[in-house]
Amino acid sequence: MEQFAQQLINGLAVGSIYALIALGYTMVYGVLRLINFAHGDLFTYGAYLGMTLLTSLALQDRFGLAVGLAVLALMVMGLVALIGVILERAAYRPLQSSPRLSAVVSALGGSIFLQNALMLIYGARYQVYPDVLPQATVSLFGLPVPVMRIAVVVVSLAMMAVLYLFVQKTRTGTAIRAAAIDQGAARLMGIDVNRVIQVVFVIGPALGGAAGLLVGLYYGQISFTMGWTYGMKAFTAAILGGIGNIPGAMVGGLVLGVVEALGAGYISIAWKDAIAFVVLILILIVRPSGLLGERVAEKV
Amino acid sequence: MNRRLLVGYLVAAVALILAPRFLDAYQVDVLNSVGLYVLLALSLNLILGDAGLFNMGQAAFYAVGAYTAAILNTRLGVPMLWAMPVSGLLAAIFAVIVARPVVHLRGDYLLVVTIGLGEIVRIALVNDVFGVTGGANGIFGIARPFLFGHKIRTPDEFLYLIWGFVAVTVFLFHRLEESRFGRALTFLREDAVAAEGSGIDTTRYRLMAFALGAAWAGMTGSIYAAKMTIISPESFSFWESVVVFLMVILGGSGSIPGVMVGAAIVVIMPEIFRDLATARMLVFGLVMMVMMVVRPQGLLPWRAPRFRAGDVPRDLPRPEAAP
Repeated sequence: MEQFAQQLINGLAVGSIYALIALGYTMVYGVLRLINFAHGDLFTYGAYLGMTLLTSLALQDRFGLAVGLAVLALMVMGLVALIGVILERAAYRPLQSSPRLSAVVSALGGSIFLQNALMLIYGARYQVYPDVLPQATVSLFGLPVPVMRIAVVVVSLAMMAVLYLFVQKTRTGTAIRAAAIDQGAARLMGIDVNRVIQVVFVIGPALGGAAGLLVGLYYGQISFTMGWTYGMKAFTAAILGGIGNIPGAMVGGLVLGVVEALGAGYISIAWKDAIAFVVLILILIVRPSGLLGERVAEKV
Repeated sequence: MNRRLLVGYLVAAVALILAPRFLDAYQVDVLNSVGLYVLLALSLNLILGDAGLFNMGQAAFYAVGAYTAAILNTRLGVPMLWAMPVSGLLAAIFAVIVARPVVHLRGDYLLVVTIGLGEIVRIALVNDVFGVTGGANGIFGIARPFLFGHKIRTPDEFLYLIWGFVAVTVFLFHRLEESRFGRALTFLREDAVAAEGSGIDTTRYRLMAFALGAAWAGMTGSIYAAKMTIISPESFSFWESVVVFLMVILGGSGSIPGVMVGAAIVVIMPEIFRDLATARMLVFGLVMMVMMVVRPQGLLPWRAPRFRAGDVPRDLPRPEAAP
């Protein structure tokens, strides 16, 4: 029972990171119908930028741990969002009227480019995050749980809540939802779809970058290729919840994280990476619209 | 097949036959790897280009073929070239089993599912499933192939084996493209609803495309195993599927000569940028983006076949000129 509870909390922590990344996939897909293959690499950029800023600026020493990390997170999110916007401008916008596969290849090219740029700057080896966080544990229902694990879940959920309110309550959020349902109609209603796409490419990468920072702080070790694995899992999570569906991405991420942690704990750690894909395939066969729904299967 | 294309093939064939006279062993080996990727790209082109099914897991079929041949050879002593058809058959059966539940999925979902299948196969190989794949180390000591009693060993000899198979493949695939089957695939790629309405069993045709593409990837896998004599799960990573996918799109999805050019460019380009050493993949990614922005339909795009008056048999009534 104790092992079960520990795995569950561990799964929730990993799952909330998947959810943050999945939001970027789902929002871009919702508006552009494009799998942004470079999104996983934007997440990696978040982790690396976070490491560099953490060591070079040492904000946590100047303003205290909480404020310092918050400022740092905002800087990382801003910078990653900037890369996201540039990527959209350079690699995706010129392809809006081209065959869909061209955009997929362009996205893959962007991913290869970003990944190798990172390797050239930092080198191919694993990088270690500076130790800034206390290694404390708290007791939760009688279980010792690392503080960081809870912090990851709380921070992620807070960011998702803010995003949800933004998308549901503001004008820009309404425009995003409208463009996701029907781009042509949205345009006819006077919505500047290109601006919506830009907003999506600010929010998605910012959340992905934040997730990268969290992974760095949480695991302490990052590599320039980690974007692939996290990206694929997060995309799985987005489909699991029903792609294009923002609450779906959150639920999908958490479910996937928990299933994976339990599977690794009870079945076999060697098959951990395969579990996510098996779940994905089963979901697509049994309930192609995802947990919270969006039509997937073409009825032909 | 038009005349210009035929001349192009002939020139390429003559150049390849003469190549070992002018190139050193390393360069010949690069040509061999071009040949293997041409075969893989052509096999994926059936699925992705002709049938329009987004498959980014071609490495899985390649792996099934390579491992089948390697296991048959090292455990049962079956000669490599005899194992080749078995590799193709098993890869095709595997493809039909895994593709059956998912072929009806919308493009991007199929893409992700096939990525997942590729990863599951690779992880299964690493975990030594059934206890015959040798785990992360793979299988070594695979015998060289014999052709008409002659042992194929040097890069030059492999050049003729691989490109000979390429020639057969190109001929067959051109015939296939013009057959009823090929036309049905084109139709269902362009408009699946209309194809279904015209009596084409889309699920069956899609599965057939998967089976045939997988069979060719499987046979290519057996040649790869024979050439390397060692195979391991790393040779069949996700990256491999991505590269083959790129070749098809970059060259011109659905176009046989285009796909071949795409494969040649993707293999040779990093060799040319060798001086850039670690930066060559950076350039590669950049070129991919620029290529797609400048020429999204690929280098040698597919052209819809056109009929001329001369194509109509003489005893059929000719179309009348408008009065």
